[in-house]
Amino acid sequence: MSTAQQGVELSEHARAEIDAWLQRFPYNQKQSAVLAALREVQHENNGYLTTPLMDAVADYLGMPRIAVYEVGSFYSMFELQPVARHCVAVCTNISCMLTGADTIVAHIEEKLQIKVGESTADGRIFLKPEEECLAACAGGPMMQVDHVYHTDLTIEKVDQILDGLD
Amino acid sequence: MSDDTVSIEVDGQLLSARRGAMLIEVTDAAGISIPRFCYHDKLSVAANCRMCLVEVEKAPKPMPACATPVMDGMKVYTNSQRAVQAQRGTMEFLLINHPLDCPICDQGGECELQDVAMGYGHGVSRYADTKRVVFDKDIGPLIATEMTRCIHCTRCVRFGEEIAGLRELGATGRGEDVRIGTYVEKSVVSEMSGNVIDLCPVGALTAKPSRYTARAWELLQHAGIATHDCVGSNLFHHTRDGRVMRVVPRENHAVNEVWLSDRDRFSYEGLYSDARLRQPLLKEAGEWHAVEWETALAAAGSALMAAAPQEMGFLTTSSASLEELYLLQKLARGLGCANVDYRLRQPDCDDQAHDPVMPWLGQNLGDLEHLQAALVVAGNVRKDQPLVAHRLRKAALDGAQVSLLNVRAYEQTFPTLVNDALAPAALLQELAGIAAALLSQGAEVPAQAQEALAKIKPTTRQRKLADSLGSAERATVLLGSGAQLHPGYSVLRQWASVVAAASGSVFGYLPEGGNAAGAWLAGCVPHRGPGGVSADTAGQTAGEMLRTPRRLYFLHGVDPEFDFADPQLAHSGLSGADCVIAVTAFESDALLEHADIILPLALHAEIDATYVNAEGRWQNANAAARPCGKARAGWKILRVLGNRLIDGGFDHNSARAVRGEVQACCESVRLDNSLPLAEALRVPAASRGLLRVAEVPIYAVDALTRHAMALQKTGDALRGAVHMSAAQAEKEKLTAGDTARVTQNGSSAVLLVHIEDSIPNGCVWIPSGVPGSEKLGPACGAVEVFKA
Repeated sequence: MSTAQQGVELSEHARAEIDAWLQRFPYNQKQSAVLAALREVQHENNGYLTTPLMDAVADYLGMPRIAVYEVGSFYSMFELQPVARHCVAVCTNISCMLTGADTIVAHIEEKLQIKVGESTADGRIFLKPEEECLAACAGGPMMQVDHVYHTDLTIEKVDQILDGLD
Repeated sequence: MSDDTVSIEVDGQLLSARRGAMLIEVTDAAGISIPRFCYHDKLSVAANCRMCLVEVEKAPKPMPACATPVMDGMKVYTNSQRAVQAQRGTMEFLLINHPLDCPICDQGGECELQDVAMGYGHGVSRYADTKRVVFDKDIGPLIATEMTRCIHCTRCVRFGEEIAGLRELGATGRGEDVRIGTYVEKSVVSEMSGNVIDLCPVGALTAKPSRYTARAWELLQHAGIATHDCVGSNLFHHTRDGRVMRVVPRENHAVNEVWLSDRDRFSYEGLYSDARLRQPLLKEAGEWHAVEWETALAAAGSALMAAAPQEMGFLTTSSASLEELYLLQKLARGLGCANVDYRLRQPDCDDQAHDPVMPWLGQNLGDLEHLQAALVVAGNVRKDQPLVAHRLRKAALDGAQVSLLNVRAYEQTFPTLVNDALAPAALLQELAGIAAALLSQGAEVPAQAQEALAKIKPTTRQRKLADSLGSAERATVLLGSGAQLHPGYSVLRQWASVVAAASGSVFGYLPEGGNAAGAWLAGCVPHRGPGGVSADTAGQTAGEMLRTPRRLYFLHGVDPEFDFADPQLAHSGLSGADCVIAVTAFESDALLEHADIILPLALHAEIDATYVNAEGRWQNANAAARPCGKARAGWKILRVLGNRLIDGGFDHNSARAVRGEVQACCESVRLDNSLPLAEALRVPAASRGLLRVAEVPIYAVDALTRHAMALQKTGDALRGAVHMSAAQAEKEKLTAGDTARVTQNGSSAVLLVHIEDSIPNGCVWIPSGVPGSEKLGPACGAVEVFKA
């Protein structure tokens, strides 16, 4: 396996971040840091992962590359295609569904003229496909915008939040 | 009842079981069948297919038999209404997304899913929605994918991680979107990758070379032996109309367990190569004519009669069967000629008088798993003997310290203590250094070595290796297949045996080819007769026969371009002959150029034959397929020639009769690798100047493999190229991708430059036995490299 292959290097900041996570795990369990590593690398790469980036993480953590692809493709918080600046995820799991999440999703799709899983043409908003429970059931319907939770949503509140995004 | 066993009751039958065993192991051993897809006794338990659900008394839910440890007094029902209902439910879910394409599926007729669906499936599916479709990936020339059929048992994924040691396949995505694949477009590179074809319970992974060529129920199964390495894996040839359609492993836990290397699995394609010779050929006035056997044999007979015995040379390879090797030397010696040798790739035979009766592993293959330390000297064991590497890997994962010293640091699939590249002379010095370190630790070192060791100050690495071998209770030093290419093979072997003796390790050989052991036992070496008895008159070694050209050469299964460590020497030797008789399976330009009489040879699947593996295990198999065209079994050709030319001794009417004769010669053979040492061992100084080092790559070892199309399309099918370290390249003013003119002993070739840091400075690595290097000199020797 050639390590020089399409060499994407992790940024110094990413490496420092991963190293900090590695401190928390046994020295021979470096793969434990893979989620944190991918999250950091995705954050630095405009919200999505590429194969070379996952390769870099795999090499850094001494994991088989395919094992990192498995993680990257499994979790819904990782994106493998380019996405817009802001990530909007509306929970559609049971509690939120019972309190009207479907109406919220339909409204956002209508408002932004995109379907779930798509980004707006101006590169402003990405609407996550089928988000599962985000553990804020008491406040349903809810959504997560970038890293912030918004609960007890109404159409007006959604409009206000989305219009406030740059 | 001992603490280690528990008793359980399965379907009313009382069984005793090892404590901690999984239920399915116990029921399998008792012959109680439980359906399963993901469970495999050589792989870890995944319990993800849920097909093996059974009812366990007092358990609230059906339990997967593969992941349920037995408990004392446990009552299990595998056939109760509850168990069957659970199994049927699982089956229905598995079939939801499985396509109904059995009529065009290669697995049809031998499919685990099909079989289990017959027992547990419904006649009609209740599922009426769209089925999942997965697009296929090209994962190389050996394995065909049809991933829509995949049921996600993950056996192939676990095989890669746990057995092959290369995690190449994985399950990406989740839920409905899970798919098994490589994620990125890439070929699977493991040298044991073909095993996933057998592991796959459905038709998702099938053999690409035999795809769409035969249905399982049309095939006949014949037991056979693999001939490409000294393991001698057991296999089945599957034939239709006398033609080998595919090869699958035959379980033998002492030899290959349930696995087969890709080389053993796919080499059969070479049997039907266009280059296969189908009839005898005779050269008259420079023109080749197809002739009848009778004519060709008469011509060969009179040529052999005409030549003076000392002026002949008989050459063969370690791929030939025991019967052929025996009759070849019997023919040669019967004609009064002791010039018979199989060691075409071993330039240094100086110490041959001290060779053991056969190159023995020194232990059984299974013992390798239980080693605590091993040192492989000059052998790329992963590619040379994939199933030996598999055993060493098991030992290494179990904590053994496995080390390799080679002319190139080859990538391994297991953790190693040392895996370093050393130039040929440095390799000798390293072994001497290890011996010196052992001596300084107070080990008993043979007296002949002590003088040379007095001046050596062991390095850290040498001390590490000495510690590793010296402190282990079960250790071995193995001389790999690359050792024979070493220009100082004799000295290398002596030092390796000194290290073994001083560290209390078992000394063993990993000989090249499938039947090197058989060649020694059959007496196919110039100084030893059958059974290892010293010959009355020692003949010439292969190298000597070529350096002073013989008037007549008899080549048995030899390809002049690719079977010699020094193809230029072979070329000049053969060019100097009046007559070359070639008994061979494949046509090649070099053969047509050199030979005068060509007799088409039947290959391993087409003959009754015996092979002896490195353990000294005699394994024989009967012909599975019809010989190609008019090709004949080698033992028959040699017997007919013997009958024509020699009075008596060639009346065998079966391969079994020949084998019996060899067996009688070998009755008193005792395997023993102890090596008498030279008076005083030397440590040669490094030579100056650039050296070529080499290996015979995995898919170049013998003619059959070299003609196997699919194997030749893999990444391991190397072409002639000159590999060197970045530092060396800078010194030679070369960069990667340049073409370089490589010159050895006046012959030269233009080769592509590769930069690999796994090669020691002062050396360039050019594979032997591959197209591109056939114009060059010795595999290991002085070389000059210029920018072309």
